[in-house]
Amino acid sequence: MEPIQDTAAVIDIRDLNTRFGNNVVHDNVSLTVQPGEIFALVGGSGCGKSTLLRTIILLLQPVSGSIRVFGREVVGLNDEQALPLRRRWGVMFERGALFSALTVTENVSMVLREHTKLSARLIDEVAALKIALTGLPVDAGSKYPNELSGGMRKRAALARAIALDPELLFLDEPTAGLDPLSASGIDELVRSLRDALGLTIMMVTHDLDLLWRSADRVAVLGEGHILGVGTMTELSSSDHPIIREYFYGPRGRAAREQAWKRK
Amino acid sequence: MTDQQIAQLVIGSASVSATAVVGVRCAGAWTVQGIARLERRLEVLSWPGEGDLAFDGSAISALDTAGAWLLHRTMRALERRGRNVRMNGLRPEFSALLQLIASHHVTPEFTAPARAGLLANIGQQTWRGLIGMSGMLSFIGESTLILLRSLVQPRRIRWRPILHNMQTAGFEALPIVGLLTFLMGVVIAYQGADQLQRFGANIFIADLVGLSMVRELSPLLTAIIVAGRSGSAYAAQIGTMKITEEIDALRTIGVGPTELLVLPKMLALIIALPLLTLYADVAGVLGGMLMARSKLDVSFDVFIDRLGDAVSLSSFLTGIGKAPVFAAIIALVGCYQGFQVSGSADSVGRQTTVSVVQSIFLVILADALFSVAFNWLKI
Repeated sequence: MEPIQDTAAVIDIRDLNTRFGNNVVHDNVSLTVQPGEIFALVGGSGCGKSTLLRTIILLLQPVSGSIRVFGREVVGLNDEQALPLRRRWGVMFERGALFSALTVTENVSMVLREHTKLSARLIDEVAALKIALTGLPVDAGSKYPNELSGGMRKRAALARAIALDPELLFLDEPTAGLDPLSASGIDELVRSLRDALGLTIMMVTHDLDLLWRSADRVAVLGEGHILGVGTMTELSSSDHPIIREYFYGPRGRAAREQAWKRK
Repeated sequence: MTDQQIAQLVIGSASVSATAVVGVRCAGAWTVQGIARLERRLEVLSWPGEGDLAFDGSAISALDTAGAWLLHRTMRALERRGRNVRMNGLRPEFSALLQLIASHHVTPEFTAPARAGLLANIGQQTWRGLIGMSGMLSFIGESTLILLRSLVQPRRIRWRPILHNMQTAGFEALPIVGLLTFLMGVVIAYQGADQLQRFGANIFIADLVGLSMVRELSPLLTAIIVAGRSGSAYAAQIGTMKITEEIDALRTIGVGPTELLVLPKMLALIIALPLLTLYADVAGVLGGMLMARSKLDVSFDVFIDRLGDAVSLSSFLTGIGKAPVFAAIIALVGCYQGFQVSGSADSVGRQTTVSVVQSIFLVILADALFSVAFNWLKI
């Protein structure tokens, strides 16, 4: 594992074009994510946020363009070539995607068993540690995913995503479907994981509170383009109509006032 | 891997006095990929001296949670043995990580579930079997009630899903059913030809093929093929719907899942399976007829002429008459096993397997019972 140079972006997307049939999803999208930042991708439903995420993690092939992760081109890699990269990032899917036949501990330790040569005892301990780090109670480890609540399932999915101590973490809608209390727990968790483990985090989200509280930089995606990139404060003073609509809708305003009050 | 990429630990030489401080130098990458070899070494390592240990972490180039855990675990283990352990020279971010790890109490449970004894096992299995049987019975009862209710009120029957199911379970099964029963006809004629030729009873090939196909083989084969093709599909479909809570959604909307999912499948199969069986009769006899001409020189018209005498109407009807019963068994077992799915993707696979095994078993059992009954009734 060579250390990342501070000057090089962790993710560097250039002129990305994605299409489903005739439906253009991304039209010359360019983005960079810097090491150690929490980068959020926002936009209305169906604007291609998740598609962009899935393209970066090599689940979808773009029509054209370049995506560099850790300085390596990922477009066109096959599974075997992608493996060294995949070990360096963790992904948390929107609905958790925990393996339903395995317990939470097994879900986490399975990743370690596949990719490391550690002893079974150490793997179990590290898995238990990861589960504890995500704030799950100790007894959650022996439970099956269908016995967990939505919030616990997200945390378990996060524990699996950080199993290999990735340098880069992708979160797809980390707070979707959670009650406000669990959601704010996730906000803090994301920040504390970044601070403790020095992760770079890229997330896709709808959650304005999460954006105000956690994101360092935000990109707004709409109509196939990046409409604006910047901190939340910068974006909220943008005069692009779609961005204004996004941040100055009733919920956007409430979340902003909350954020101000906290400051 | 180079030395930089693996974790290292060097213990300073034990000094003359047993109580002197022993220096321990940690170096390299203490990461999940780098600690594997060190972990094995630590298992057997004997720590020199009796006094304090001073860890020096200034040469650690990378530390992640797994590495920090190993370091933490090693130091705590030494402390438990009554030695004072200090950590020096660690980079501030690493030291923060080590503290974070130390703040979480990790006690992985190694509690293997107690194994039940033989007797307890037998008891549990029997109990589970009985529960399953009573569940199946109540499911049959519920389905029958709903069937009767919809027969009384035919407007409640949903024709569109029935037609759709007839297409997928019936029409789309025509090629495979036709091919397999045709081959079965060929095989029977081929096997029989030798024996019949020895007695000069060539013409009785029509009796052999006609009766065996029409009375037994084509209903049975068709049912087995359909159980494998459609019964499993029913179980998998309903099972997946159960996992994604679609069944619960149906209940809350006020639509009975039995009425929407089970009844159309059962009715469609009850209509389609006899038709498929008839088609299988034709294909099987055709196969036998071809074989009879090539092996025994029995021409088509002679064969057909003889077939009319050999296969009575009652023989034909006993064959076709079994099909609706087989259809009901396949549909009910498939759907019931679908509803038994709980929780995991594994469970869908398991119940689908069970549905196929059970429905084939029950179809053959029913066939045997039919044979006994027909024998009694002298049909």
